[in-house]
Amino acid sequence: MSDDRLDGLSVRDVRVSFDGFTAVDGVSLEVPAGDIRFLIGPNGAGKTTLVDAITGLVRATGSVCFGDQELLGRPVHRISRLGIGRTFQTSTIFEELSVVQNLDIAAGARRSWATLARRRRGIPDEVAAALETVGLTGRADQLAGTLAHGQKQWLEIGMLLVQDARLLLLDEPVAGMSHEERDATGALLETVSRDRTVVVIEHDMDFLRRFARSVTVLHAGKVLSEGTVAQVQADPRVQEVYLGHPVDAGPVPSGLEA
Amino acid sequence: MTAVTPAPPSTAGAPAPADIAPGSRSGGRSRLRAAAGFAFGAALLFAVAPLALSDFRLALLAKYLCVAMVAVGIGIAWGRGGMLTLGQGVFFGLGGYAMAMHLKLADAGPGGMPDFMQLYGQLDELPVWWRPFASPWFALPATVLLPMAVAFGLGSLVFRRRVRGAYFAILSQALAAAMVILLIGQQGTTGGTNGLTDIQGFFGYDLDDPVNQRMVYFIIAGVLLALLALARQLIHSRYGELLVAVRDSEERVRFLGYDPASVKLVAYVVAAGMAGLAGALFVPAVGIISPALIGIVPSIEFVIGVAVGGRATLLGPVLGAVAVAWARTALSERFPGTWTYLQGLLFVVVVAFLPGGLASLWALARRRDAGPEQSRRGWPAPARRRASRAEAHR
Amino acid sequence: MTVLFGQLFTGISIGAVLLLIALGLALTFGQMNVINMAHGEFIMAGAYTTYVLQQSITGAGLSLLVALPVAFVVAGTMGVLLEILLIRRLYARPLDTLLVTWGVSLMLQQLARDVFGSPNVQTRAPELLTGNVAVPGGLTVANNRLFILALALAAVAALTLALRFTPLGRRIRAVVQNRDLAAVSGVPTARVDRTTFFLGSGLAGLAGVALTLLGPIGPTMGTNLIIDAFLVVVVGGIGQLKGSVIVAFALGVLQATGEYLTTLSVAKVIVFVAIVAFLQWRPQGLFTLRTRSLA
Repeated sequence: MSDDRLDGLSVRDVRVSFDGFTAVDGVSLEVPAGDIRFLIGPNGAGKTTLVDAITGLVRATGSVCFGDQELLGRPVHRISRLGIGRTFQTSTIFEELSVVQNLDIAAGARRSWATLARRRRGIPDEVAAALETVGLTGRADQLAGTLAHGQKQWLEIGMLLVQDARLLLLDEPVAGMSHEERDATGALLETVSRDRTVVVIEHDMDFLRRFARSVTVLHAGKVLSEGTVAQVQADPRVQEVYLGHPVDAGPVPSGLEA
Repeated sequence: MTAVTPAPPSTAGAPAPADIAPGSRSGGRSRLRAAAGFAFGAALLFAVAPLALSDFRLALLAKYLCVAMVAVGIGIAWGRGGMLTLGQGVFFGLGGYAMAMHLKLADAGPGGMPDFMQLYGQLDELPVWWRPFASPWFALPATVLLPMAVAFGLGSLVFRRRVRGAYFAILSQALAAAMVILLIGQQGTTGGTNGLTDIQGFFGYDLDDPVNQRMVYFIIAGVLLALLALARQLIHSRYGELLVAVRDSEERVRFLGYDPASVKLVAYVVAAGMAGLAGALFVPAVGIISPALIGIVPSIEFVIGVAVGGRATLLGPVLGAVAVAWARTALSERFPGTWTYLQGLLFVVVVAFLPGGLASLWALARRRDAGPEQSRRGWPAPARRRASRAEAHR
Repeated sequence: MTVLFGQLFTGISIGAVLLLIALGLALTFGQMNVINMAHGEFIMAGAYTTYVLQQSITGAGLSLLVALPVAFVVAGTMGVLLEILLIRRLYARPLDTLLVTWGVSLMLQQLARDVFGSPNVQTRAPELLTGNVAVPGGLTVANNRLFILALALAAVAALTLALRFTPLGRRIRAVVQNRDLAAVSGVPTARVDRTTFFLGSGLAGLAGVALTLLGPIGPTMGTNLIIDAFLVVVVGGIGQLKGSVIVAFALGVLQATGEYLTTLSVAKVIVFVAIVAFLQWRPQGLFTLRTRSLA
């Protein structure tokens, strides 16, 4: 591992607009090192767009710093090399490659061309460790496309681990998962956050209550509220725009739980 | 990697099946099989074909093998990298013209000029850009490096700007169109529609002599085998895995910290180099290079062989290219119209209904024999209509 | 000056033909993400329709007037057949549609050779369209080119109005912008696709009729045109017609002035370089329909 620094994420006055529509409207937030921060908010609140901005996928104004590195203005792959990793709402693993190949590719962004030109021999240590962490050791040689839904999500998280990401941005990691899979994913996040900073976009309120260390509520592109789970739940503004209805009837996408 | 605690999700995940052979694919057995395959191919090309075929047929085979070299490159760029290049004729042509220019100058002797220049161009002296080709030390490397340089230029411009898919295909085709029109237009210095014809010698050897024609055939067969070995190394290397990843989800690879543009660029440039080499060897084998051999139509014909054989496999493109080229010769001599219909039908049937090419039938048969072998499936799954979120931004 | 003006107007009329071809491509590519290489053979079909009609209708003017709607329907029907028989099965694989339709185009070309013979044939132009019109400044423009320009502009106008104000146009725009949403909102997307194909292919048929006024026609006339027309779509951007309109005329003029200043062959290279340079600035074309799924 290149360095074990634990860095926080600092977002200041970030704005994103698409053809006149402002999706993120001056968001500022501080995620301290080692936090598990949940980003919540109704559909269209700008959660994913904010993550898009942090990772360089969409253009934004303002400032995003991870540690002392400014992220805005860099191309996607450079941001990634600074230790920022993300997942997407739909799993985006390489389905035509095996689990090991997926992880090995994720581990290799800093490899030289000479290394790339050679064949992989066995399983690299960091890949083996990640396989162990996400519980896919037994499926190392399986084609990733044949994994179950939950396993694909874990493979994605595993890819972030071998990628050496120190900031993990996870977009709805437990959507569509069973109860057991959610528990396992939560436990995985807690493990991972020991030496990493984690930001999770999630609609699942139950999952949030159990695993969030802090919460930021976005609404219409702005930060509505921020604090611990209890503080946010007690915030009348949040209740008004978002949790107005009984908490459990929030927009749980899967509908499996209710 | 940092020390990690026991795996939390493993309790939730399904129990790992024990029947998956760990890491078998990169093991010694596949390597042994490959070596055996190469030996078999070498025996076929170097012993069986020269003994079994007449001089005429052997010369034809030499020509097909040149097409097969182009196909190896297309297999890498398109089959593995997802870049449908409809302009490989450009690179084939650059290699071919570089070689033919040298041979024409060598034929003309020191200080001489190719015959057509006085005829069409009424030139008194050799154009400046022809002069370096008099030296084999310039011309030979140029047959490969020139196409690679053009591919590098175009590729780095368009891949970096994320021009891809159909856009890239159309651009590559437009390049072929522009190149042909340029060659035809500059008749005085390029030979125009006729191209560079009537090439007599090959580094001091008379190409009319059947013995020397055989020598050319052996060179071509050897180069093809070498290119196959190179392609195999590329496909099985980490780079090869990365290339497939880029093909299937360019954005995801970007988020892993790679620059997909350079990954694609390497495959495209390698494919261009292979096409250039093929063009260079085509010239002594056939004795001519002309715009009709490198334009839009031949460029897309290079692709059909690859599609028929199996775009994502190593041998599929080679076998497909040879088979299609052979069928064309066999049929178009007697029924020219029928061949065109058949060729069109081949495109339709193979691409629409058998996108993995004939190799997918072979793989299917083998899988049935060997049970559920999970190794690479050889052809891209039908692209998911809803690609990743990141892809939707394109 | 006179020569330059002549070249300029030639460029504009080339642009008009390109536009007729590119409009159809922009429609089908934008809506269905389909690359139809056989589009070039729909042009040829339009041209041969004119040729065939002239065999029975002797008045060149009348036959041209009849040819316009007939060619539109002939080419449009071919397009619909192609959509139903092949393209419908390949909607998720745009690159494969390119190769498949190339195969179709090969077969159609051979069919034309078998029916009409390989050599090019010439149609008669109506007398009205053979002369020149004087424009202020002592310059003249050729009638046939003026007619083609008018035809292209009329097609653009009709298409724009249809897309904007008719129920069908609204459906097409809905499908272009968000196919899934349109489908769940009750838009019969398959039928809309077919209609779009009919319109786009029909426009290629019109282009074929226009081309009979400019020179002889032959089985392979579509091959080169189709690439230029696709370049128009690539540079113009998909999903909006105005990009195609601007770029078609720009390419036509660039080609014609390049030809005037250098030679035809060098002009082609100049155009290609200009396009690659342009894509550095706007890789997704002049106008792009930016959609962002909020899913």
